[in-house]
Amino acid sequence: MAKKFLSGNEAFAEGIRLARPQVISAYPITPQTIVVERLSEMVEAGSLRSEFIHVESEHSALSCAMGASSVGARAFTATSSQGLLYMAECLTYASGGRFPIVMMNANRSTALPWNIYGDQRDSISQLDCGWIQAYAADAQEALDLALMSYRIAERKEVSTPFMANLDGFVLTHTYEVVDVPEEEQADRFLPKFETDNKLDLEHPRNLAFSAGPAHNTAFKYKEHVGLCNAKAAIKETEAEFAKVFGRQYPGLIEEYRTEDAEYILITLGSIAGLAKETVDRLRKEGQRVGLVRIRYLRPFPNEEIAKAVSSAKAVAVLEKDISFGNEGTVYTNVNSALHKAGLSIPSSNYIGGLGGRNISGEEIEGIFGELKEHRAKITFLGIGGDGK
Amino acid sequence: MIEILWYGRGGQGAFTAARLLGAAFSLRGGTNYALAFPSFGPERRGAPIRAFTKLDTKPIGNRSEIAKADYIIFLDDTLFTEKTYRDLKPGGRILLNTKKEVSDDRIVAFDGDALAEEILRRPITNTIMLGAFAAVSGTVSLKNIEEAIRGSMPAKLQERNISAVQAAAKAVEGGRADETVLA
Repeated sequence: MAKKFLSGNEAFAEGIRLARPQVISAYPITPQTIVVERLSEMVEAGSLRSEFIHVESEHSALSCAMGASSVGARAFTATSSQGLLYMAECLTYASGGRFPIVMMNANRSTALPWNIYGDQRDSISQLDCGWIQAYAADAQEALDLALMSYRIAERKEVSTPFMANLDGFVLTHTYEVVDVPEEEQADRFLPKFETDNKLDLEHPRNLAFSAGPAHNTAFKYKEHVGLCNAKAAIKETEAEFAKVFGRQYPGLIEEYRTEDAEYILITLGSIAGLAKETVDRLRKEGQRVGLVRIRYLRPFPNEEIAKAVSSAKAVAVLEKDISFGNEGTVYTNVNSALHKAGLSIPSSNYIGGLGGRNISGEEIEGIFGELKEHRAKITFLGIGGDGK
Repeated sequence: MIEILWYGRGGQGAFTAARLLGAAFSLRGGTNYALAFPSFGPERRGAPIRAFTKLDTKPIGNRSEIAKADYIIFLDDTLFTEKTYRDLKPGGRILLNTKKEVSDDRIVAFDGDALAEEILRRPITNTIMLGAFAAVSGTVSLKNIEEAIRGSMPAKLQERNISAVQAAAKAVEGGRADETVLA
């Protein structure tokens, strides 16, 4: 492995280079642009042998990736924000067609007001479209997710597209030290893509077809099973990854100092770094606080979250998302997990970082402080109100 | 943690210097970590920009902009104001590229433009100020900066910029900058 000083976007591009997709179709959009630029430079320089297709829109980018996947090629695309929304129609085509495409999404706010900065409303608005959704916390995890994503998505019992999310700017544009694996290691970890789900003259079959009321539920059921199967696939892939690269990832969630924690913050993405530092600071003062970082929003870690917080007095969900007229969507999902596990732990919801607004360590400390009041409430960080 | 705040104008290379510093410090191996990032958003040549470098001996979780800096480095003295002091930690230092005389213990002022014209033949002072920072802070060695430049700058720019770093280090403190110290 070689240590390099890379941004999140560059690290992800290195991971994709090592994954050797045969087709890359993409349309640039801030803050994803650097990924596409780096990959096009690699193709130009010959360090990545891939068909790079600069399409005219995000709708075409994903349609093109689907076309590639349907003849058995490994395909990659990347987008962000309005680009993701523009390709929304194709998201369900890709998942329903069971095409294991990998897409990087640079998390960015959605208009209006127009804003290029990071929040997670873009990807979270597409939670129901049948894609695996992972959230990286740093550049190393971004690179490693790029490699693991294909191995998870391409497993026959999964056959589901994979969206790897990187917080716009704070992760995509921040430089840090990253271990870049050797090609030989990556090849050992990630075998060539083989699938029966392709157009093949020797074995003619129909792909991407219609299914009426009689059969539609069965297809949707299988799609659901495929996404649920990703849970075991993620675990097994991470174990294999650790064997080859020496880095062990913790599955659908990462627990930090939760063993004896009375108050637990649940969050996702790169804000977890600051949350960990805040937990350490409060622990030094004798406060029993901990952190759960959700790494995968789909498949959703219902059992894992319930188990991690089962002894807590109260939990808070901090997310860069709001489902207008209700609450943060991650909060809805977490509460459902707690309810299904028979846990009646008070929970609160903090909406922060919208449109790239900074979340400070003091604000995270304030969340832990408020949790002791055991009140279920929704708070917009920086505004304080719940909007009701 | 040592926090360095860079001020420059679009095109002067402030972020490149912030990134080179992070690479020089952290790629040495061991337990050195760094984050480097620019002020985010649309970029325009000539417009004021800020860049940030955080250095520590453990992983850095806080990706927010620096609120209070140990060092504030100005590539362009027209961006310096009295308000700058509010962003400085107690005991912090300001490095100022200027032709003016400055008498303030907190400020290390020198004519980086003249050095840049002499060595780089252009008024680009990012690696000049990086060399000055290395000498003043003792946080990173010139050798590590040289390696960072060789690792990430286009080949034709490397030698001149390494010379610029060395000349600037000499100019501010007689060249003493081989020790790496982090409190």
